[in-house]
Amino acid sequence: MKEYLSKKQKKQLVRILVTLAAFIVVFAVDKAIDLAASAGGRYGWLLPFGLYLAIYVAIGYDVLARAAKNIAHGQVFDENFLMCVATLGAFALAIYRGVAGLSIEGFDEACAVLLFYQIGEFFQHYAVGKSRKDISALMDIRPDSANVLRDGEAIGVSPDEVEVDELIVVYPGEKVPLDGVCVSGASTLDAKALTGESLPREVGVGDSVLSGTVNLTSTLTLKVEKAYGESTVSKILDLVENASEKKSHTENFITKFAKYYTPIVVFAALALAVIPGAVTGEWAQWVYRALSFLVVSCPCALVISIPLSFFAGIGAASRYGILIKGSSYLEQFEKANIFVFDKTGTLTKGNFEVTSVLPEERRQQILRLAATAERDSSHPIARSILSCCDEAEDGYTLTNEAGMGVIARRGEDEILCGNIKLMSAHGVRAEQVDATGTVVYVAKNGVAVGCIVIEDALKPAAADVIGQLNAMGAQTVMLTGDSPEVAAHIASATGISRFKASLLPADKVSAVEELLRDKSPRDKLCFVGDGINDAPVLMRSDIGVAMGGIGSDAAIEASDIVLMQDDLKTLPLAKRIAKKTMAVVTQNIAFSLIVKVAILVLSALGLTNMWIAVFGDVGVAVLAILNAMRVNTKYDKKKD
Amino acid sequence: MKKVYKLEDLDCANCAAKMERCIRQIEGVQGATVSFMAQRLTIEANEEDMDRVVREAAKVCKRIEPDCSIVM
Repeated sequence: MKEYLSKKQKKQLVRILVTLAAFIVVFAVDKAIDLAASAGGRYGWLLPFGLYLAIYVAIGYDVLARAAKNIAHGQVFDENFLMCVATLGAFALAIYRGVAGLSIEGFDEACAVLLFYQIGEFFQHYAVGKSRKDISALMDIRPDSANVLRDGEAIGVSPDEVEVDELIVVYPGEKVPLDGVCVSGASTLDAKALTGESLPREVGVGDSVLSGTVNLTSTLTLKVEKAYGESTVSKILDLVENASEKKSHTENFITKFAKYYTPIVVFAALALAVIPGAVTGEWAQWVYRALSFLVVSCPCALVISIPLSFFAGIGAASRYGILIKGSSYLEQFEKANIFVFDKTGTLTKGNFEVTSVLPEERRQQILRLAATAERDSSHPIARSILSCCDEAEDGYTLTNEAGMGVIARRGEDEILCGNIKLMSAHGVRAEQVDATGTVVYVAKNGVAVGCIVIEDALKPAAADVIGQLNAMGAQTVMLTGDSPEVAAHIASATGISRFKASLLPADKVSAVEELLRDKSPRDKLCFVGDGINDAPVLMRSDIGVAMGGIGSDAAIEASDIVLMQDDLKTLPLAKRIAKKTMAVVTQNIAFSLIVKVAILVLSALGLTNMWIAVFGDVGVAVLAILNAMRVNTKYDKKKD
Repeated sequence: MKKVYKLEDLDCANCAAKMERCIRQIEGVQGATVSFMAQRLTIEANEEDMDRVVREAAKVCKRIEPDCSIVM
């Protein structure tokens, strides 16, 4: 606990403990021997009054001072003022009883209320300060300095002084300060703070390195590619720091509520003191009840714990590489129940992969022939073949047959590599294969050898994520520019419930608009895309989620939530965090309101005393804060 | 233009809400938010008004929570 306490807080803690001890001593002695009676006489009450007054001033001088200062500034309904009125009122009542010769009570209560108030305030500050620190530590990716190589020497400068194309040295244990390309050295990088990905990544010469990652094993030299302001780390920090602007409806409601709640309770207290007091003539009793009202009139429990819950939710999400741009999006995302996915790049990897070679026993031969024919091509399909075979043969003359494929000739040998049209154009009888992907046929010297099936492969987590969303009762929809056959294949492989195929990029916006029109107003539509060409759709939907946010400015700009990993698996996690946050928010609102209203009613009926009322104020606030801090826990486990 | 300032010693959440309301009423302010948790004040105003607006906002903060100050 100590490490979180500032000097000011330590002093405050000592003061609270000393006055608490003094209070207990005076209180115990007073209860045991009745100080007023043992002092005797008409002015006996002055003895306990003096002792309690000393304690009261010791614990409350700052509250009194602040209240006086705030009234001078025209701030009337502030919590310091309300506390002062309530406790000074209690004192006044006790003095009145003393002067009137009644039995003495109320001095202890006034002291205790202020003491508890200070203890509660102390805990509030401690808890808020601690969670602020915890959460900002999660987002601590800001690099302190960069070691730039100038005239052969590495000098430490601030990252924003380094220019593009300069060389920087990153030692083991340091954060990479700017985006760059590795020019010498090889090491392992930890990107956990950036993307939530716990698996370290190996980098060598020629690999690009993102700022915000931590160099783990050995020294790297990087050539800077982006200035600090343009680097990944400062873009993310920008986003995180601006997250506080987009306040949720709940937060705005609470602020509005607080604006009216305090004055209403204060006027109710006034009415409670004056009206029944005047009617019954029992002023002391009704004024006392009214004072309890003032103690619970501060809306602190709500006003602190609600933003704290959202803050904790956003902080917890960032630990998993999920950036939420404001609490309003967290609130909306919790309600999201229609998930619309872009296919290419989101559910699938967006690059072509050889998924099968037919017949399997001639796999190596077929791939080698195809690689020989396609070796000079930059077509994505050719690249996917070349990436699984590096045995291409030399000396062939390659001829491109537009729309059909490639012919490779060397002396007598002739390799055909292309679609079925190429085969029939050259009189090769190849057996046509039905597959959802692209089929490349290979023939040598007029005889079919086999074929290669190339597909846009599913991302490993896609089916699992869709399954989890379906299990949560959400609708899942896929949008794609591909043919209905390909779409149906992907839909059945992932378990997606609906799809719209053959869409042009512009059609995606109208497809989403159609979904928005058809849904009921309570449904919320969440679009998930890889951020390439889908900025308009991200903006149009209720919630836009961009994946693999690193590097795509337009997507970060247009989306509301960014998944830093180029993978869907954090999406259900984000949903769980949103659910937990909103559950805690609801609990806190309900709990605080119910307790406060109950105390108000009971005080009006005279069934409580000020001790309970002070619990209704600071006790509830502390409990609500503790509850809010539950949001910032680990979500790795599947079940909460 | 939009500017972000850090608030020091912002201890009371209700005060943060009050500050936000009052700063929004300063002439020339197009938008303002005070985040209690992030201890951050964001002001949106025309460039030529900015200096005056921030000075007034600092006064508002002092009035509502005397310990709290804007870090310039």
